[in-house]
Amino acid sequence: MPASAERYLEVQRSEEFAQLRHRLRSYIFPTTVAFIVWYSLYVLLSAYARDFMAIKVIGNINVALIFGVLQFVSTFGIAWHYSRYAAQKLDPLADDIYKEIDNGPSAEPAAAATDGGKA
Amino acid sequence: MAPQILAAEAAAGSRSLTITLFLIFVAITLGITIWASRQTKTATDFYAGGRQFSGFQNGMAIGGDYMSAASFLGIAGIIALYGYDGFLYSIGFLVAWLVALLLVAEFLRNSGRFTMADVLAFRMRQRPVRTAASVSTIVVSIFYLIAQMVGAGALVSLLLGIKPGATFLGMDANTAKVATIVLVGALMIIYVTVGGMKGTTYVQIVKAFMLMGGALIMVLMVLAHYKFNLSALLGDAAEQSGKGSAFLEPGLRYGVETAGDAAKTFYSKMDLLSLGLALVLGTAGLPHILTRFYTVPTSRIARKSVLWAIGIIGTFYLFTLALGFGAAALVGGANITAQDKAGNTAAPQLAQQLGIDYLGGETGGAIMLAVIAAVAFATILAVVAGLTLASSSSLAHDFYASVIKRGNASEREEVRVARIAALIIGALAIALSIFAQSLNVAFLVALAFAVAASANLPAILYSLFWRRFNTAGALWSIYGGLTSAVLLVFFSPVVSGSATAMFPNEDWHFFPLSNPGIISIPLGFFFGWLGTVLSKETDPEKYAELEVRSLTGHGAH
Repeated sequence: MPASAERYLEVQRSEEFAQLRHRLRSYIFPTTVAFIVWYSLYVLLSAYARDFMAIKVIGNINVALIFGVLQFVSTFGIAWHYSRYAAQKLDPLADDIYKEIDNGPSAEPAAAATDGGKA
Repeated sequence: MAPQILAAEAAAGSRSLTITLFLIFVAITLGITIWASRQTKTATDFYAGGRQFSGFQNGMAIGGDYMSAASFLGIAGIIALYGYDGFLYSIGFLVAWLVALLLVAEFLRNSGRFTMADVLAFRMRQRPVRTAASVSTIVVSIFYLIAQMVGAGALVSLLLGIKPGATFLGMDANTAKVATIVLVGALMIIYVTVGGMKGTTYVQIVKAFMLMGGALIMVLMVLAHYKFNLSALLGDAAEQSGKGSAFLEPGLRYGVETAGDAAKTFYSKMDLLSLGLALVLGTAGLPHILTRFYTVPTSRIARKSVLWAIGIIGTFYLFTLALGFGAAALVGGANITAQDKAGNTAAPQLAQQLGIDYLGGETGGAIMLAVIAAVAFATILAVVAGLTLASSSSLAHDFYASVIKRGNASEREEVRVARIAALIIGALAIALSIFAQSLNVAFLVALAFAVAASANLPAILYSLFWRRFNTAGALWSIYGGLTSAVLLVFFSPVVSGSATAMFPNEDWHFFPLSNPGIISIPLGFFFGWLGTVLSKETDPEKYAELEVRSLTGHGAH
């Protein structure tokens, strides 16, 4: 069951939640930028660096093909790494906060509640 | 004379085998659907399959929903005709899953219930936002549906061996195409109205296994033909294509360099970038993919299902390389375009050729063609069912229950409306598909991706991560992104003013690109920002609830 609006505000302002948010965003945002840049590089090279992409590396296998396959490798790699990161750094913290939401105002919310009243 | 008669007999044999195999698939899936319908009692059962699927099951079902006719027929066709450029689709379609994994899947599962709009409308005024989400869900799904039905139409004339002038059961090629589209449409309506999400999910899972199995067999046969020497396969494909090593490099289809025409070259390259952007940002805005995340019990299982999906989809797209280049080498571009100008039949033609070469001549060819054609039909059928379900869910849950009934509709009533909506949307898709038959399937899907990326993705991301975002912002980004994408397509060479356009004899185009993404996606984000800052509305309490719930899973349905 969802908790009350005040409770969610309290939790959102708690230090623990700030930490969860920080851990999550400091992973997903830079990673998103990184893979978009990496993918864009591939698309841009396909459009504007034809001579480079055409260089044959082994037999008929050229740079374009290797670059394409590397996109697969990086996608698998990022997916695998994120699942590990989430299981180790995000899930336990999220579980703690989840339990605290139901346990109601604990030791710290006294201060947080006055803050909440102001906003 | 003799070989011709043999060929004709083999074709007839292939035809009845295809039809038999396809009927077996239909019988099995209808059985599952009826079984599923007995277990479908609540709205959660109908919309979300009871939220009881495992990560592996849902991962396979996502694969089933995603690896559409565009992937199997369209990409293989583009690679077979234009070489390397088709691989761009495979890469964009796969990398896109990282957006879904990192930014959308888990948060959507935690904060929504049945549809994309549940998240978009979470902290907004319900009625306008749900209306907007419902409109864009239906537009995206219809674009995508048309693509699948066109694929089915192209397939049938090959399958049934109907060449122009010949007849089957008294129908000529065109009538048979239309009959197929109507049949596929009717079946998808049955799956959805009877089986709901539970039935549809099992259909996706069965199909995913069939598709992977069928593709794997063909890939192994192609590779075995070249003694597992990839370079030899590529070399032969390049030689047979008549284009030499250019066939293995980007540039034959997209970003074409026209000597002496700088403007044309520039637009062609822009079109390539536009396509690339639409592919990678579209997936996480596709309503039928988003609703899949609701079929599992928790956000962590949603994460796991995306990981499985990335695995199976990535493997499949690597297969498309061997299928496409294999078709170029073993079937040849001329034979493919003789059957279907857009190349949509390259994969089944390759299957037939492999059968002829390795499984005892014409009979073997007929068997392989029949098997792969049945797989392709199953693929199309499963995807159209998923699309119809997503759009009818949105019509019933968002538009009927929240907008018309203002949240006072009973679950029974809502599910009844969803079933009627499936019927209407199915009928509409059937009618529209009959007009779009000359377009390449992968290309039509790319348009659906562009619309999804422009209209849905900005609103979803702002909703989840931007505190200030509000009702006006949501409406501006959905309607702004949707309108710009659809208008740009309407005024593009895809609709008029080119030989391959929907209306080849008219010309009202002024937008030079065939994919609108590079303009309409940034516009979607821009409108979302502008609408937000122009409105004073903010709701910090609701955002706190959304943020805490989406990150922790508290209060999740």
